[in-house]
Amino acid sequence: MLNKKRGRESADIDGSSLADIAFLLLIFFLVVTTIDVDTGIGLVLPPIPDDTTPPPPVRERNLMNILVNAQGMVLINEQPAAVASVRDLVKEFVDNNGADPDLSESPNDAIVSIKTDRRTPYNVYIDMLDEVMGAYAELRHQASMDRFGVPYSSFEQGDERRAEIQEMYPKKISIAEPDEG
Amino acid sequence: MSKFKKKQANTKQSVPTSAMPDVVFMLLIFFMVTTVLREVELQVQIDYASAENIEKIEQKRRVSYVYIGPERLGGGRLGETKVQIDDALVDDINAIRNIMYDKLLEQPRLIVSLRVDSDSEFGIITDVQQELRHASTLQINYSTRREI
Repeated sequence: MLNKKRGRESADIDGSSLADIAFLLLIFFLVVTTIDVDTGIGLVLPPIPDDTTPPPPVRERNLMNILVNAQGMVLINEQPAAVASVRDLVKEFVDNNGADPDLSESPNDAIVSIKTDRRTPYNVYIDMLDEVMGAYAELRHQASMDRFGVPYSSFEQGDERRAEIQEMYPKKISIAEPDEG
Repeated sequence: MSKFKKKQANTKQSVPTSAMPDVVFMLLIFFMVTTVLREVELQVQIDYASAENIEKIEQKRRVSYVYIGPERLGGGRLGETKVQIDDALVDDINAIRNIMYDKLLEQPRLIVSLRVDSDSEFGIITDVQQELRHASTLQINYSTRREI
């Protein structure tokens, strides 16, 4: 008699608390999640120079020396310059294509060398690097618009056209050897 | 009039909630996937510099962080500039070479993200960079915020 009564009860598992459990987990993950995208200025350090192989010769005109000194002043080829003017100077230097005898022969030869002092303020260095990166970004954007009619930023990673533009304006940024002591 | 009223009373008043667990599960799975659980506990104070021309690092697996900033002492005081890798402060700068080399063996396409306090002086960063060069971890990234 009792058995029969039990058999008539529904066999389903009550699923109404499933939502509660899911909510609880959801709230937990909501709280711990930090959606921060890593952003920053990418750079490739030069390898440690080898004693046996001398560094490749670089002509003076193809080298742009940027020094950020201890006072946070930016010196380009020993001439003081404002941080805001770095972008135009770098663009002029890289995109010279041999026109001015003092500036680079071609974008492929142009090297921007960055030197810092031990007491250089970090934020000035980043501002300066930002300007240099901005110069390259503008040059690449311009080249991309001229050649393909679309902005450089629209190319996906691994796009052939992106590689072509990169080859036109390679980012040759060198970190100068620090002074001894 | 009364006929009309009766009809309305018969219609169901409740909103069907049977799809709610599905929606909640979907959100849950999204947050589970995006969550990075193991955030290191920072022992140095870092106030990021901001820049305009920044790039995103898409592959987080490739990234290893180096934190450089003034050490956090008790009571909100700040000490000397220190270097922190993972969970520990690195007292001997020359040890970075080995730490980074081990990381490079694990992840051959390592990107070192330098998270530096904007008020730091560049000398310590030069030292760290020299160590990174010795470890041949050459891809670096200066972590910055987007300038608004």
